[in-house]
Amino acid sequence: MSSFDHNPIVEMRGIEKHFGPVIALNGVSFDVRPGECHCLLGDNGAGKSTFIKTMSGVHKPTRGEILFEGKPMSFDSPRDAMEAGIATVYQDLAMIPLMSVTRNFWMGREPVRRVGPFKFMDFKRANETTMEEMRKMGINLRSPDQAVGTLSGGERQTVAIARAVHFGAKVLILDEPTSALGVRQTANVLSTIDKVRKSGIGIVFITHNVRHAMAVGDRFTVLNRGKTLGTAQRGQITPEELQDLMAGGQEMVELEGSLGGTV
Amino acid sequence: MSDANAGLDERIKETSRLRKAMIRPELGAIVGTLAVFAFFIVFAGDSGMFNAQGILNWSTVSAQFMIIAVGACMLMIAGEFDLSVGSMIGFAGMSIAIMAVTLGWPVWIAILLTFALCIAVGAVNGWIVVRTGLPSFIVTLAFLFILRGFTIFFPQLIERQTIIGGIDRAAEGDWLAPVFGGKILGFFFEWLASIGAIDVFTRGTRAGEPIVNGIPMLIVWALALVVVAHIILTRTQFGNWVFAAGGDAQAARYVGVPVNRVKILMFMFTAFCACVFATCQVMEFGSAGADRGLLKEFEAIIAVVIGGALLTGGYGSVIGAALGALIFGVVQQGLFFAGVESSLFRVFLGVILLLAVILNTYIRRIITGER
Repeated sequence: MSSFDHNPIVEMRGIEKHFGPVIALNGVSFDVRPGECHCLLGDNGAGKSTFIKTMSGVHKPTRGEILFEGKPMSFDSPRDAMEAGIATVYQDLAMIPLMSVTRNFWMGREPVRRVGPFKFMDFKRANETTMEEMRKMGINLRSPDQAVGTLSGGERQTVAIARAVHFGAKVLILDEPTSALGVRQTANVLSTIDKVRKSGIGIVFITHNVRHAMAVGDRFTVLNRGKTLGTAQRGQITPEELQDLMAGGQEMVELEGSLGGTV
Repeated sequence: MSDANAGLDERIKETSRLRKAMIRPELGAIVGTLAVFAFFIVFAGDSGMFNAQGILNWSTVSAQFMIIAVGACMLMIAGEFDLSVGSMIGFAGMSIAIMAVTLGWPVWIAILLTFALCIAVGAVNGWIVVRTGLPSFIVTLAFLFILRGFTIFFPQLIERQTIIGGIDRAAEGDWLAPVFGGKILGFFFEWLASIGAIDVFTRGTRAGEPIVNGIPMLIVWALALVVVAHIILTRTQFGNWVFAAGGDAQAARYVGVPVNRVKILMFMFTAFCACVFATCQVMEFGSAGADRGLLKEFEAIIAVVIGGALLTGGYGSVIGAALGALIFGVVQQGLFFAGVESSLFRVFLGVILLLAVILNTYIRRIITGER
């Protein structure tokens, strides 16, 4: 539990996001500390996507503030958030299947080698680093030229996670990384999350699967109809209670005690 | 532990080499090229198709296809089409003719302005596609008609005809015109003729000169474009962005690839290639016609698809596209040498296009592991 000694890397306070007349987020508070896995749970339409897009710089909040390492921060684009160290791995859009693992891994940040006035991509370095980073995540690639399409869903998520870690992410936002995966692949991704957490990176794990959240989460926040229903620490809440909260908070009163007064 | 790993790696490398050979995008084009050459060596080997003049004949035609195929290939890998290539060829040729002949401007100015104009039209094509999110198929189809319409309208308005000649006279002594219409290595062919390796003219005004007196700049342009585009695509950061833009534009945007800029640049490059084609053609013929370049956009796309590129973008090879163009040129001219009715060329086009697309779909399944 040493992670709770640290100050949050990212802290979001009272975030509201309106799209015209629609209030997608209506006061969401959330933070993530180094080396912890903070699960964000919520049913479909709860505002999870809007919230992580606000966190990763795609949307600007209508109201509320974002603190990054204690300082107020305003991201104009995903690129800004990325430069600051907030990396997002989207479920479907993490990788391009037709391109090789190396080309995907370095996409947008290709290593360059100068030959006279010309600049070429440094494939030797790119391949070696890719293999090395993937090995650290526990995946032995056949070859860095292998198309990402030949990898399993879990391996693809792992490449995306390894990429984010390699490029110095301090916070890693995972958008439903396990929702389309089989049992064994899910286990692989969860163990990758555990590895990354141990290296001191803060993880925001978005899911609507309570069991997956329970497997790796240090803290759990439930989002329902654009609001946070509360944050619980590991051991303070049972899977059944989480499930109920996600479903609409019918048993809120009962739960207040077990949530440790954070509601 | 390390022993086990080494053993594993070795076993894996063997299969991976086979896979690598299998999943090259240009595999189909390589097989096709060999098949086409084998076919014509057997059926037209003694028709003069493979002497110096015959080789020059089909390599010139192939080079024409190659120039536009390179542009179409890069654009297709970036995920877009350009159906206005054929009209652009007519438009560019007419633009040079009007500026150089009707207006009497120096040819080099006419060429440079035409290039600027065409590349600007390419940029507009790209800008509209990127901005509106409409399929490039529709946007460039509009430009197919717009450009062709102007190409027929302007010469009729100005000269009351649809063909403007006299460019060869205007180009005499010009410094830029030979870059498109000239020939290189003439001395080499004279030497070849002097040692009897190639034939010389025995009669007429050119008696004593070698039948083939140099390599047309058209072929030089084609090879240069293939080499440069291939290196950019496979060896540079920008090349990676081209693949990424066509593979999945949104995923590429999320990691900071300037997808819109890449796509617009590829439209501009396609326009540039069409303009090179047009300039070479105009310099060779000495005239510009309003019907030049008809159907070239489809021939370019077919060459690219034979070369292994996927119509959906994100995958392909410039070398493959160049081989596709070579297959085109060899078959089109080979049918002539073999004495086959030339309309059958279209039948061939259709058949080979179908075969290529089926093969490519199969190859893509292997790569992406789709089932």
